[in-house]
Formats: sequence, structure tokens, C-alpha cells
Amino acid sequence: MSGVRLLVGTHKGAFVLSSDGKREQWDVSGPHFAGWEVYHVKGSPADPDRLYASQCSGWSGQVIQRSDDGGVTWEPVGNKFSYDGVPGTHQWYDGTPHPWEFERVWHLEPSLDDPDTVYAGVEDAGLFRSTDGGQSWQELPALRGHKSGPSWQPGAGGMCLHTIILDPAKPGRMFAAISAAGAFRSDDAGQTWQPINHGLRSEGIPDPDAEVGHCVHRLAMHPSRPSVLYMQKHWDVMRSDNAGESWHEVSGNLPTDFGFPIDVHAHEPDTIYVVPITSDSEHFPPEGKLRVYRSRTGGDEWEALTSGLPQEHCYVNVLRDAMTVDTLDSCGVYFGTTGGQVYASADAGDSWAPIVRDLPAVLSVEAQTLP
Amino acid sequence: MIRVVLPAHLRTLARVDGEVELDVAGQVTQRTVLDALEARYPVLAGTVRDHDGGARRAFIRFFACEQDLSHQPPDTPLPEEVASGAEPYLIVGAMAGG
Repeated sequence: MSGVRLLVGTHKGAFVLSSDGKREQWDVSGPHFAGWEVYHVKGSPADPDRLYASQCSGWSGQVIQRSDDGGVTWEPVGNKFSYDGVPGTHQWYDGTPHPWEFERVWHLEPSLDDPDTVYAGVEDAGLFRSTDGGQSWQELPALRGHKSGPSWQPGAGGMCLHTIILDPAKPGRMFAAISAAGAFRSDDAGQTWQPINHGLRSEGIPDPDAEVGHCVHRLAMHPSRPSVLYMQKHWDVMRSDNAGESWHEVSGNLPTDFGFPIDVHAHEPDTIYVVPITSDSEHFPPEGKLRVYRSRTGGDEWEALTSGLPQEHCYVNVLRDAMTVDTLDSCGVYFGTTGGQVYASADAGDSWAPIVRDLPAVLSVEAQTLP
Repeated sequence: MIRVVLPAHLRTLARVDGEVELDVAGQVTQRTVLDALEARYPVLAGTVRDHDGGARRAFIRFFACEQDLSHQPPDTPLPEEVASGAEPYLIVGAMAGG
């Protein structure tokens, strides 16, 4: 019988949550790497038992872990992330030049077809790749070397490359997003990049429709329709129908268009999910009600999904990498909160139940659908 | 034989219990001890000092013989008590963070 494995990164370790296809009973293993921040754990689409995890701490820096048995056992692999050449500078919070300094890996994106190839999005914003299962890492320097790079500034959470999307239809096409530089696309496997931010408007920067400088929180794509992208920006939910060449707002009737994650239903490319958050200064749901919003029209028209979610006194946040979907017939949707809950819906968001309630603050959730 | 005490999270990472005992050829300095430590446990490379340049990570401290050696040059000889194995060399996660 098919099943689902959730890979959960938290502020104090990683957890693996496993269920059969009914998604009613869950086994919980962990904490793995107890005491360390685990920003992201993700499995290879080509080999679901090959997992990569980003483990870090303020004391001891970055460690990358690899599992070849679906998260039962782990081995540390390479942790040397050296920027290519002389790193140069970006802007610091006060506008002064600041040397590029590696801080941590925010996001790991395994190749679609090679378990040994994996991309890493890091802070300070850069893109790295390993082709030997994580043993060694090389920067793809063209992104950080884009002519706009010296003008990039960190967002409140640091200058992180947090989103990497590989286009399944066009080999070599990939998307990346950086807070607070914006979205970028490469059509040649990372050798060159172009900003794809036309149509974004951000009131918090000097030129609201600048080519770069936007605080993009998350991008999402449905693999069957890779030219359509969805974006949760700092404020505004956006959509592009031409692989990022231009964007238009689809916030519609959302109670607030601030938020972090955005994701797409596994079988309905026009069904998307966001979690509205009150504001950039109030990182909790409006009115203390935890609501996922679903649009079945690719944006603009949204419905609140509340069944099983707390509708009073709820002041958690849902971070950008903390929502995911499975690919079972009835699409499962999952998200984790800064309060340590991981919620699951086995009916595309109609109803929810917590799998766990008391983990450390959840940084990321990834679903694997197992045969 | 040099005795090294690692902080708990690095003992877990290196999969060791208790003190680590290292043979260090030649002069016993912070650099040669850390070189030997990383040679024995490659997973610790980058977790105590930077890969590039070997600078001590900001929230790691080095103590021995009730002294803070964190700011001493890496090639300064360690106290004889450490070199002889009478006293351990302590790698400490500073009391910072949460």
C-alpha cells in the first residue's frame, strides 16, 4: 500500500513522520540531530530513500547529512561551502558594502533524475551544487555574480536563497528566489541568470517596481504546467503565466496578502494554497484564527479552510518552506507551525488534524509519496 | 597523548563518548591539536574553526588549565600540562544563543 513520509526540520532537530495511504495513523521518529537547527530535509525524486538534510548551529556552523535508507540512518557529508573566486560585497542593512559570508544552507533541492546531484540555496545568497551525493560543493557563481548582486540587501531573516525550482519540461531551466533580491531564472543550468520581477510592486523599497530588491518569500510551480508560477511575496500573492517574464497580483479576497508559504495541489494546477499572516510586524494569523486559504481558480478567488484548525487564540507562524503536498489520489496537504504543530489534510484541505502538536518550532516540511 | 574534551553536540556529531585522545607529532599548539582532531574526525572540519583560514568560530572557546586560550595565536605552544596529557584541552560552546 502506498504511503507518505514527511520530512520535518525544526529549530532543534529533524523528525520523520510516516503513514500509510490513509494518512490517519502516523509514526514519529526523531529528533535526528537533536539540538541543531535543521532548516530543510528533502528526498531525491529519483530515489526516495536518498535524503539530504541541512543541519546547523550558531556554535558549529553547517553540517550536511545524507541518508540512503529513508531517514533511518544518516551520515555527515561535505560541509565546505566556499564562494567562487573573490566573493565581493553586497549591501548591508545600513546600506554599506558587506562581504559575502556563508552562514547556512536554507534549502536543498535534489535533482529530478540523479540522486547524487543536489542544489543548495545558502545565506548569504548563493547557489551551490554537489554531483557526488553531497561530499563536495561547488558554487554556480553566475547568480551571485549578476550585475545587480552588489545592490542586494538582506531581509529581516538574512539574505537567503530559499527557493530552488527545477523545470521538469525544460532541462536547464531553473528558478531561484532570494530575500530580499527577488526571483531569478536560468535557462542554461545556472550558467546565466536574469531577474524575473516585472510586475512586482513593493512599497518598502525606494523604487517600488525596481528590477531587483523585492522580498520574495516563496515560489511554487505545478510540474505539469511549468510556465505558470505562483509567488507569495512579502506582501501580495502573485502569478506569472510566462515563466516569470511578468507577474500579476492574485491576492483577491484574502484577508491579508502577507505570508510565507505557497503551494500547488498535486493534481489540479489551478488549485493553490497560502496561509495569510497579519503583517510583517505581526507574524501570526489574523484574529488569532489559523486558516489556510485555497483558490481553485489559480488565484483571486479564495476560500478559507478552517475545519480542524484552531479558530481562537492562535498566534503561530507558518514559515516559507513549511508547507507541502503529497501526490496520492486525494491530494494531501501539510504544514508546520512555529508552535511545533504539523497539520495534515488528506482531502486537499477540506479538513485538518494535527499529526504532532509539540515539536520545536517547525522550519520546513517536505512530503514524499511512497509506492 | 593529548586529551581533548569536545562539547556535547560535537561528541554526538563525531560519535564519540568522553574525552578524545590524540597523538600530536612535534610542537603541541592549538593548530596542531586541531589539525590532529580534524584528521581523526573529518566531520568536525568546519565546526570548530573555518575551513578557509582556520579562524576560530565566534561562539567556540578554547580553555586549558583554567585559562582562556581562545585569543592566543594558533601557533603558541600549549601549556606543558596539556602537552603531557595531565590536563585536557577544552573546546567549549560559549554560553550564547538559546
